[in-house]
Amino acid sequence: MDLNKLENDINQKRKSKNLWLALSLGSFIVVVFFVTIAKLSDGNSIEGFDHTLRPSLIKE
Amino acid sequence: MIRSTNNIYLSLNEPSALDYIELLKLKVMRLAIFTAGVAMIISSNNLNPFIALGSIICIALGAGGSGALNMWWDSDIDLLMKRTSKRPIPDGKITSDQALSFGVFLSIFSVIFLALFANFLSALLLAFTISFYIFIYTMFLKRTTPYNIVIGGAAGAFPPLIGWAVSTNTIGIESFLLFLLIFLWTPPHFWSLCLITKKDYSITKVPMLTETHGVKATKLQIFIYAIILAISSIIISFTNIGGYFYFIFSLILNSIFIFYAYVLLINPYNPNNENFPKEKKLFLYSIFYLFMLFLLLLIEHFTKLLFPSYLIVVKDLIWI
Repeated sequence: MDLNKLENDINQKRKSKNLWLALSLGSFIVVVFFVTIAKLSDGNSIEGFDHTLRPSLIKE
Repeated sequence: MIRSTNNIYLSLNEPSALDYIELLKLKVMRLAIFTAGVAMIISSNNLNPFIALGSIICIALGAGGSGALNMWWDSDIDLLMKRTSKRPIPDGKITSDQALSFGVFLSIFSVIFLALFANFLSALLLAFTISFYIFIYTMFLKRTTPYNIVIGGAAGAFPPLIGWAVSTNTIGIESFLLFLLIFLWTPPHFWSLCLITKKDYSITKVPMLTETHGVKATKLQIFIYAIILAISSIIISFTNIGGYFYFIFSLILNSIFIFYAYVLLINPYNPNNENFPKEKKLFLYSIFYLFMLFLLLLIEHFTKLLFPSYLIVVKDLIWI
C-alpha cells in the first residue's frame, strides 16, 4: 500500500470537508445575524429587558 | 486505523463532504423544503423573509438528519437492494457511527434553531416528525407491517404543517388538508416504486404490500388511493387557500392520476419486463402531480394578492 498516496488522498478529502464546513457555518452565522435583526426590529421581545420605566407596569 | 510516514494516525475510512451530503437524502429533503415553503408563503402575508429562510434551513436540516438516521438503521437492508446498495454506509464510505452522530447532531440542532427562529409549536412539530420517522416508521413499522408506508407516510406529510406553524403559530384546517394531501399521496407514489423494485424487496424480506398481498392487490390499493386522493385534493379548492385556478387544474391533474392508476390496474404485471413502463409512468407522474398542486396553491395565493377582486369577478362571470 502506498502510504504517501493514501495520505494525500485523505488530506484532500479532509481539506474539502473542512472547506464545506467553514462555508456552511459562515452562511449560517449570516442567517442568524439577519434573523436576530428581524426579531429585534419586531420589538415585542425586548420590552421586558430594556431597563426603562414602562407606564403599563405602574399601578393606578 | 494505520500510522502514516509522518507519524499521523490515518483512518482508512475517510468520508468526503459529498458522502455526508448523500446521507441527507436530498430528494426527500427537496420535497420537505418545497411543501413547507409553499405552506409558509400561502398562510401569511407578513412573514419576515429572513425568518422564513432560517426556518426553511432548519426544516431542511431536520429532514436531512432524519434521512441520515434512517440510513444508519437500515444499512443492513440497503446493502441487499440494488437501488440503495450505493448509499454511503453499505458502500463503505461512511461508518454507521459517523452516520448516527451526524444524524443526531443535525436533528437536535434543527429543532433548537427552529424554536429560536420561529416558535415552539413549529419546533415541537419538527421534533415529532423526526421522532415519528425514526422510531415509529424506520425502527418499527417498516419491518413489521405491509401498511408501513401508509402510516409512515405521515412523516413526509408533516412539513406543510410545520411551515404553516412557522408563519401563523397555529395549525389551521388548511394546513391539515395539506397534510392529508401528502399523507394520501405517499402510498400510491411509493407502491408504484415498489412494483418497479419488487425483486429488491423480495430479497430483503421487508413486508411491502407487493410481497405480502401480491401485485394485483397493490394495484387495486393504488387505484383506491388515487380516488381518495382526488377527493381530498379537490376539497382544498373550497378553503381560503384554494380558488378557481386550483379547482380547474386539480380536476385535470386528478383525472390523469386516476387514469394512470386504472391503466396500471387493468394491465397484467410482467416481472420479466425490466422497463416497467406503466409503473414508471405513474411513479414519475405522481411526483409531477404533487409539485403542480403546490405550485397551483402558490399561483392562487399571488393572484389573490395582486388582484384581490379576482374571485368576485370570476364568480360574476360564471353567473352570467
